[in-house]
Amino acid sequence: MSDDLAINVINLNKFFGPKHVVKDVSLQVKKGEIYGFLGPNGSGKTTTIRMMCGLLTPDSGSGTCLGYDILKESAEIKRHVGYMTQKFSYWDDLTIRENLDFVARMYSMLGRSQIINETLETLGLSDRANQLTGSLSGGWKQRLALAASMLHKPDLLLLDEPTAGVDPSARRDFWEELHRLAAKGISVLVSTHYMDEAERCHKVAYIAYGKLLAQGAADEVIASQGLSTFILKGTNLSKAMERIESAPGVQQTVLFGTMMHVSGLDKDLLRQSLQAAASEYGLEVEEADTGLEDIFIHLMKQADSN
Amino acid sequence: MKRFTGFSFSRWWSIVIKEFLQLKRDRITFAMIVAIPVLQLVLFGYVINTDPKNMPTAIISNDSSVMTRTIISAMEQSGYFKFVANLPNEEAGKAALSRGKVLFVVNIPTNFTKRVIRGEYPSILVEADATDPTATAMALAAVMQLPSSVVTRDLTGSLAFLAGKSAPFEVRVHRLYNPEAINQYNIVPGLMGVILTMMMVLMTGLAITRERERGTMENLLAMPVRPLEIMTGKIVPYIAIGLIQATIILLVALLLFRLPFFGNILLLYFVVLLFVAANLTVGIMLSSIAGNQLQAMQLTMFYFLPNILISGFMFPFLGMPKWAQYIGSILPLTYFNRLVRGIFLKGSSFSDLWPNIWPMMVFTAIVMTIAVKFYKKTLD
Repeated sequence: MSDDLAINVINLNKFFGPKHVVKDVSLQVKKGEIYGFLGPNGSGKTTTIRMMCGLLTPDSGSGTCLGYDILKESAEIKRHVGYMTQKFSYWDDLTIRENLDFVARMYSMLGRSQIINETLETLGLSDRANQLTGSLSGGWKQRLALAASMLHKPDLLLLDEPTAGVDPSARRDFWEELHRLAAKGISVLVSTHYMDEAERCHKVAYIAYGKLLAQGAADEVIASQGLSTFILKGTNLSKAMERIESAPGVQQTVLFGTMMHVSGLDKDLLRQSLQAAASEYGLEVEEADTGLEDIFIHLMKQADSN
Repeated sequence: MKRFTGFSFSRWWSIVIKEFLQLKRDRITFAMIVAIPVLQLVLFGYVINTDPKNMPTAIISNDSSVMTRTIISAMEQSGYFKFVANLPNEEAGKAALSRGKVLFVVNIPTNFTKRVIRGEYPSILVEADATDPTATAMALAAVMQLPSSVVTRDLTGSLAFLAGKSAPFEVRVHRLYNPEAINQYNIVPGLMGVILTMMMVLMTGLAITRERERGTMENLLAMPVRPLEIMTGKIVPYIAIGLIQATIILLVALLLFRLPFFGNILLLYFVVLLFVAANLTVGIMLSSIAGNQLQAMQLTMFYFLPNILISGFMFPFLGMPKWAQYIGSILPLTYFNRLVRGIFLKGSSFSDLWPNIWPMMVFTAIVMTIAVKFYKKTLD
């Protein structure tokens, strides 16, 4: 069973001084799976990823990455895992080619210059290969970092917010590439803030305040929370907002311009309240699918109140 | 599955290349490499002066009498001399001087007392290691006063007739290695070690903390590179720099200060290489201990100060209190000072220098071990 798991960690805990930043996190990622790791800033995503690739030692807990013990075999993990840091961590004072060359030498790769030329070609950086990396814009740095972390053809990619600051079309290309890699059997754990990206993952996990609040396929996660959502449409939404927020059965509201998502756990009560409010303010009520974003806001609020 | 253990040349080489490239683009550091040795050498070469006491002295005495004992105790009372050895002959005296065991050899000839009494006006020979002329100048001035002070004490009774005239014997002084007592002859070779210490420790002191502060350490740690590969890889470019600096200093010493050079140039470069390696490991160690670049700089200064003060650069090593000598014996600069002065001024050979070479090698090995131990393999 554990043979088809790329990541299998159990009850990871990490303290920074008195701060308990990762609490009993258990996570299983199957081979060839794209696993989305979501959660607000400072929720422990980066710390968890760092523990998986041996950059941080968990205070308790155990697990394996590609079958290697995360506590004892971090050297092996490093050879087979591609890790992209959240903050750009290649050398600004080396050129693009020199950075790639450094990585290729690090992994003792054969046919270095050919691999690097191909990578530069794919990246579209061939004619800027001898430019200092520090002079690249944020989006280009991000793409370079991703290419560099995949240079040694790892079996598992750990990507810490790889698309932060990347434009939409580049993000789309990036996700297509991820799915191509996954089809080849490469496993990916990717942390992100973008909901559209979360929806492109095979599975997602949501973490807040160091605790894993939900995990599974997107629809499973949505179903597991038993949240119902209605959409209110109309021009008086902002005025109605206060009234709706305090209505019985309403757990949360999210305003999108001329549209409002209202979610609650008790579907019938919620419907009644909203219909009452709608007739009062002249709004339309429509039942809708609960989205991941609704779920995550819900989870976040729950975690907040604890 | 292949186990991940041994040292990888490929990974090590990738670090070496990276460090060279980064260094090449760091213009200010590059300017420092040339400017600092020249500036410091010119500044300090003309400035530093000293007056030490209790310098180790050996005696070769073929005559034991009240008079010779008086001479010896008069020398000791001057405060400059401390008799540490009785040597059988002149060869032993020369060897002790050459090895740096003693700074002076006092040679009292056979039948000295008899010849004084006979009015033959004999000589006492004082040989001095004058590589550090300021260290020996005051002592030698004091030794010149010997004849007259002995006269007043011992030439009484039946010998009183000798007292009235001028001194009944003379003291001859041989300044070895630096006969004209030129202070720069001592300071300039010493500065080679001081400048190399400062530059080498400082530059590598920043090597790892810089990675940490720029955030590139996380990347490096995520790669399958071993601490020893990183550390030795980071050292290599600075070895080249150390050799360049040593060459600059050597040229300034020979061309500007007109220093004599009696030794073997290859031997000099060999000891420079060992010394540079020793200092670079210190830098790497400090760098792996320090949390940031500022701390690394402070640690560097903390290491640098005792190097100036108790390595024998500022004050003659053998004139320092014992405890200071013990601390000084840890520092590679102490050995390097002796080595470089020995090669420049004494023309010492490898076997003369070996007692000062192996301690630097031991030091390097120990410090490197500590550095690798302290190197954090995780971000914890």
